[in-house]
Amino acid sequence: MVEHSYNLYLLLSAILFTIGAIGVITRRNGIIVFMCIELMLNAANLAFISATGIQKALEGMIFVFFVMTVAAAEAAVGLAIFVMIFRLKGTISVDEMNLLKG
Amino acid sequence: MAEIVFKWIVFFIASILSIFSSVMMVTRKNPVHSALWLVVTFISLAVLYFLLNATFIAISQVIVYAGAIMMLFLFVIMLIHLEKGPEEIGKMTVSRIFAVVLTVLLFVEILVGVYFYRAWTVKPEPMPFGDPKTVGKLLYTKYLFPFEIASVLLLVGIIGAVVLAKRRKM
Repeated sequence: MVEHSYNLYLLLSAILFTIGAIGVITRRNGIIVFMCIELMLNAANLAFISATGIQKALEGMIFVFFVMTVAAAEAAVGLAIFVMIFRLKGTISVDEMNLLKG
Repeated sequence: MAEIVFKWIVFFIASILSIFSSVMMVTRKNPVHSALWLVVTFISLAVLYFLLNATFIAISQVIVYAGAIMMLFLFVIMLIHLEKGPEEIGKMTVSRIFAVVLTVLLFVEILVGVYFYRAWTVKPEPMPFGDPKTVGKLLYTKYLFPFEIASVLLLVGIIGAVVLAKRRKM
Protein backbone atom coordinates (compact mmCIF):
# COMPACT_ATOMS: atom_id res chain seq x y z
CA MET A 1 0.00 0.00 0.00
CA VAL A 2 1.29 3.39 -0.89
CA GLU A 3 0.72 4.97 2.47
CA HIS A 4 2.84 2.27 4.06
CA SER A 5 5.87 2.64 1.82
CA TYR A 6 7.53 5.31 3.91
CA ASN A 7 10.97 4.40 2.61
CA LEU A 8 10.07 5.73 -0.80
CA TYR A 9 9.08 9.01 0.77
CA LEU A 10 12.35 9.17 2.71
CA LEU A 11 14.23 8.42 -0.51
CA LEU A 12 12.40 11.19 -2.34
CA SER A 13 13.16 13.54 0.53
CA ALA A 14 16.88 12.67 0.29
CA ILE A 15 16.87 13.28 -3.48
CA LEU A 16 15.19 16.68 -3.14
CA PHE A 17 17.55 17.67 -0.32
CA THR A 18 20.54 16.77 -2.48
CA ILE A 19 19.24 18.75 -5.45
CA GLY A 20 18.76 21.75 -3.16
CA ALA A 21 22.25 21.36 -1.70
CA ILE A 22 23.78 21.18 -5.19
CA GLY A 23 21.95 24.37 -6.07
CA VAL A 24 23.15 26.14 -2.92
CA ILE A 25 26.75 25.18 -3.63
CA THR A 26 26.93 25.79 -7.37
CA ARG A 27 24.70 28.79 -8.07
CA ARG A 28 25.98 32.34 -7.64
CA ASN A 29 22.69 34.26 -7.74
CA GLY A 30 21.64 35.05 -4.17
CA ILE A 31 17.90 34.72 -4.79
CA ILE A 32 18.30 31.30 -6.39
CA VAL A 33 20.48 30.16 -3.48
CA PHE A 34 17.66 31.28 -1.21
CA MET A 35 15.10 29.31 -3.22
CA CYS A 36 17.30 26.22 -3.01
CA ILE A 37 17.33 26.60 0.77
CA GLU A 38 13.52 26.65 0.70
CA LEU A 39 13.63 23.42 -1.32
CA MET A 40 15.88 21.82 1.31
CA LEU A 41 13.44 22.91 4.04
CA ASN A 42 10.65 21.26 2.08
CA ALA A 43 12.63 18.02 1.77
CA ALA A 44 13.07 18.04 5.55
CA ASN A 45 9.32 18.62 5.92
CA LEU A 46 8.61 15.59 3.76
CA ALA A 47 10.90 13.51 5.97
CA PHE A 48 9.04 14.80 9.03
CA ILE A 49 5.68 13.80 7.58
CA SER A 50 6.91 10.30 6.73
CA ALA A 51 8.33 10.03 10.26
CA THR A 52 4.83 10.85 11.47
CA GLY A 53 3.68 7.71 9.71
CA ILE A 54 6.54 5.57 10.97
CA GLN A 55 6.22 6.62 14.60
CA LYS A 56 2.43 6.96 14.51
CA ALA A 57 2.68 10.27 16.37
CA LEU A 58 1.21 13.54 15.12
CA GLU A 59 4.09 15.59 16.50
CA GLY A 60 5.80 15.51 13.10
CA MET A 61 2.98 17.55 11.61
CA ILE A 62 3.24 20.11 14.44
CA PHE A 63 6.95 20.37 13.68
CA VAL A 64 6.26 20.96 10.00
CA PHE A 65 3.85 23.72 10.97
CA PHE A 66 6.59 25.48 12.95
CA VAL A 67 9.12 24.97 10.16
CA MET A 68 6.69 26.71 7.82
CA THR A 69 6.35 29.61 10.25
CA VAL A 70 10.10 30.01 10.52
CA ALA A 71 10.48 29.75 6.73
CA ALA A 72 7.98 32.55 6.23
CA ALA A 73 9.75 34.85 8.71
CA GLU A 74 13.11 33.90 7.19
CA ALA A 75 11.92 34.67 3.67
CA ALA A 76 10.62 38.10 4.70
CA VAL A 77 13.80 39.13 6.51
CA GLY A 78 16.18 37.51 4.00
CA LEU A 79 14.59 39.15 0.98
CA ALA A 80 14.66 42.52 2.75
CA ILE A 81 18.39 41.98 3.29
CA PHE A 82 18.81 41.17 -0.42
CA VAL A 83 17.02 44.37 -1.38
CA MET A 84 19.37 46.30 0.95
CA ILE A 85 22.47 44.65 -0.54
CA PHE A 86 21.25 45.33 -4.06
CA ARG A 87 20.79 49.02 -3.23
CA LEU A 88 24.24 49.17 -1.69
CA LYS A 89 26.28 47.22 -4.25
CA GLY A 90 24.11 46.92 -7.37
CA THR A 91 24.41 43.12 -7.51
CA ILE A 92 23.31 40.14 -5.45
CA SER A 93 25.94 37.67 -6.56
CA VAL A 94 27.02 35.77 -3.47
CA ASP A 95 30.65 36.16 -4.52
CA GLU A 96 30.39 39.92 -4.12
CA MET A 97 29.05 39.81 -0.57
CA ASN A 98 32.13 40.63 1.47
CA LEU A 99 30.82 43.50 3.58
CA LEU A 100 31.64 41.75 6.84
CA LYS A 101 35.22 41.05 5.83
CA GLY A 102 37.55 42.98 8.11
CA MET B 1 -7.64 -2.56 -4.94
CA ALA B 2 -8.37 0.09 -7.55
CA GLU B 3 -7.82 2.75 -4.91
CA ILE B 4 -4.36 1.37 -4.12
CA VAL B 5 -3.35 1.35 -7.77
CA PHE B 6 -4.65 4.89 -8.11
CA LYS B 7 -2.59 6.01 -5.09
CA TRP B 8 0.55 4.43 -6.53
CA ILE B 9 0.00 6.19 -9.84
CA VAL B 10 -0.53 9.52 -8.07
CA PHE B 11 2.57 8.93 -5.96
CA PHE B 12 4.80 8.23 -8.95
CA ILE B 13 3.48 11.12 -10.99
CA ALA B 14 3.87 13.57 -8.10
CA SER B 15 7.34 12.38 -7.08
CA ILE B 16 8.73 12.37 -10.62
CA LEU B 17 7.20 15.79 -11.23
CA SER B 18 8.75 17.16 -8.03
CA ILE B 19 12.22 15.81 -8.89
CA PHE B 20 11.99 17.08 -12.48
CA SER B 21 10.79 20.54 -11.52
CA SER B 22 13.40 20.94 -8.78
CA VAL B 23 16.15 20.02 -11.27
CA MET B 24 14.69 22.60 -13.66
CA MET B 25 14.61 25.10 -10.79
CA VAL B 26 18.30 24.62 -10.06
CA THR B 27 19.40 24.79 -13.69
CA ARG B 28 17.37 27.73 -15.07
CA LYS B 29 19.25 30.92 -15.81
CA ASN B 30 16.33 33.32 -15.37
CA PRO B 31 15.30 33.62 -11.68
CA VAL B 32 11.64 34.13 -12.64
CA HIS B 33 11.59 30.73 -14.37
CA SER B 34 13.33 29.24 -11.34
CA ALA B 35 10.66 30.61 -9.03
CA LEU B 36 7.84 29.26 -11.21
CA TRP B 37 9.42 25.79 -11.30
CA LEU B 38 9.74 25.95 -7.52
CA VAL B 39 5.97 26.57 -7.33
CA VAL B 40 5.45 23.35 -9.33
CA THR B 41 7.68 21.50 -6.84
CA PHE B 42 5.73 22.84 -3.88
CA ILE B 43 2.38 21.85 -5.36
CA SER B 44 3.53 18.32 -6.16
CA LEU B 45 4.84 18.04 -2.59
CA ALA B 46 1.39 19.13 -1.40
CA VAL B 47 -0.08 16.23 -3.40
CA LEU B 48 2.33 13.88 -1.61
CA TYR B 49 1.21 15.29 1.74
CA PHE B 50 -2.37 14.52 0.77
CA LEU B 51 -1.33 10.94 0.02
CA LEU B 52 0.22 10.74 3.49
CA ASN B 53 -3.10 11.84 5.09
CA ALA B 54 -1.58 15.17 6.19
CA THR B 55 -4.37 17.31 4.80
CA PHE B 56 -3.79 20.31 7.06
CA ILE B 57 -0.11 20.46 6.13
CA ALA B 58 -0.94 20.04 2.44
CA ILE B 59 -3.36 22.97 2.48
CA SER B 60 -0.93 25.19 4.37
CA GLN B 61 1.81 24.15 1.94
CA VAL B 62 -0.25 25.48 -0.95
CA ILE B 63 -1.28 28.65 0.87
CA VAL B 64 1.95 29.54 2.69
CA TYR B 65 4.69 28.23 0.38
CA ALA B 66 3.20 28.27 -3.12
CA GLY B 67 1.14 31.36 -2.35
CA ALA B 68 2.76 33.72 0.12
CA ILE B 69 6.48 32.92 0.06
CA MET B 70 6.77 32.51 -3.71
CA MET B 71 4.78 35.71 -4.23
CA LEU B 72 7.39 37.44 -2.06
CA PHE B 73 10.23 35.92 -4.12
CA LEU B 74 8.71 36.93 -7.45
CA PHE B 75 8.01 40.40 -6.13
CA VAL B 76 11.63 40.90 -5.05
CA ILE B 77 13.01 39.44 -8.31
CA MET B 78 10.93 41.86 -10.34
CA LEU B 79 11.66 44.74 -7.96
CA ILE B 80 15.41 44.58 -8.43
CA HIS B 81 15.46 43.64 -12.15
CA LEU B 82 17.15 40.30 -11.83
CA GLU B 83 15.93 38.77 -15.06
CA LYS B 84 19.51 38.90 -16.32
CA GLY B 85 21.29 37.34 -13.38
CA PRO B 86 24.97 37.75 -12.57
CA GLU B 87 25.37 34.18 -13.63
CA GLU B 88 27.52 32.09 -15.87
CA ILE B 89 25.83 28.71 -16.04
CA GLY B 90 27.30 25.66 -17.68
CA LYS B 91 30.89 26.60 -17.00
CA MET B 92 32.33 23.49 -15.41
CA THR B 93 34.99 24.78 -13.10
CA VAL B 94 36.99 22.41 -10.91
CA SER B 95 35.50 23.79 -7.71
CA ARG B 96 31.98 23.31 -9.06
CA ILE B 97 32.58 19.66 -9.95
CA PHE B 98 34.21 19.10 -6.57
CA ALA B 99 31.16 20.66 -4.88
CA VAL B 100 28.77 18.39 -6.76
CA VAL B 101 30.84 15.32 -5.84
CA LEU B 102 30.77 16.36 -2.18
CA THR B 103 27.00 16.80 -2.32
CA VAL B 104 26.50 13.39 -3.90
CA LEU B 105 28.57 11.98 -1.03
CA LEU B 106 26.12 13.70 1.31
CA PHE B 107 23.29 11.97 -0.56
CA VAL B 108 24.93 8.57 -0.13
CA GLU B 109 25.33 9.34 3.56
CA ILE B 110 21.61 10.15 3.88
CA LEU B 111 20.80 6.91 2.05
CA VAL B 112 22.87 4.91 4.52
CA GLY B 113 21.04 6.67 7.33
CA VAL B 114 17.66 5.81 5.81
CA TYR B 115 18.76 2.22 5.22
CA PHE B 116 19.80 1.65 8.80
CA TYR B 117 16.77 3.42 10.17
CA ARG B 118 14.25 0.91 11.42
CA ALA B 119 11.75 2.05 8.82
CA TRP B 120 12.86 -0.83 6.61
CA THR B 121 11.92 -3.40 9.21
CA VAL B 122 9.01 -1.69 10.94
CA LYS B 123 5.63 -3.35 10.61
CA PRO B 124 3.58 -1.29 8.16
CA GLU B 125 0.86 0.59 9.95
CA PRO B 126 -1.70 3.05 8.63
CA MET B 127 -0.82 6.69 8.73
CA PRO B 128 -2.50 8.72 11.49
CA PHE B 129 -4.99 11.11 10.05
CA GLY B 130 -3.80 14.70 10.29
CA ASP B 131 -6.89 16.66 9.41
CA PRO B 132 -7.21 20.29 10.55
CA LYS B 133 -9.35 19.32 13.55
CA THR B 134 -6.82 16.90 15.02
CA VAL B 135 -3.77 19.05 14.35
CA GLY B 136 -5.54 22.17 15.57
CA LYS B 137 -6.60 20.48 18.79
CA LEU B 138 -3.01 19.44 19.43
CA LEU B 139 -1.72 22.93 18.57
CA TYR B 140 -4.11 24.70 20.90
CA THR B 141 -3.72 22.39 23.90
CA LYS B 142 -0.38 20.63 24.20
CA TYR B 143 1.64 22.97 21.99
CA LEU B 144 -0.05 26.25 22.87
CA PHE B 145 3.12 27.91 24.17
CA PRO B 146 5.29 27.16 21.08
CA PHE B 147 2.37 28.38 18.97
CA GLU B 148 2.39 31.74 20.76
CA ILE B 149 6.18 31.94 20.41
CA ALA B 150 5.77 31.36 16.67
CA SER B 151 3.34 34.26 16.46
CA VAL B 152 5.85 36.52 18.26
CA LEU B 153 8.51 35.31 15.79
CA LEU B 154 6.32 36.31 12.86
CA LEU B 155 5.77 39.74 14.40
CA VAL B 156 9.53 40.18 14.81
CA GLY B 157 9.98 39.09 11.19
CA ILE B 158 7.53 41.73 9.97
CA ILE B 159 9.22 44.48 12.00
CA GLY B 160 12.66 43.37 10.86
CA ALA B 161 11.65 43.35 7.19
CA VAL B 162 10.13 46.83 7.43
CA VAL B 163 13.15 48.27 9.26
CA LEU B 164 15.62 46.68 6.82
CA ALA B 165 13.83 47.65 3.64
CA LYS B 166 13.14 51.24 4.70
CA ARG B 167 15.13 53.75 2.73
CA ARG B 168 17.61 55.51 4.98
CA LYS B 169 17.58 59.27 5.03
CA MET B 170 21.04 60.65 4.65
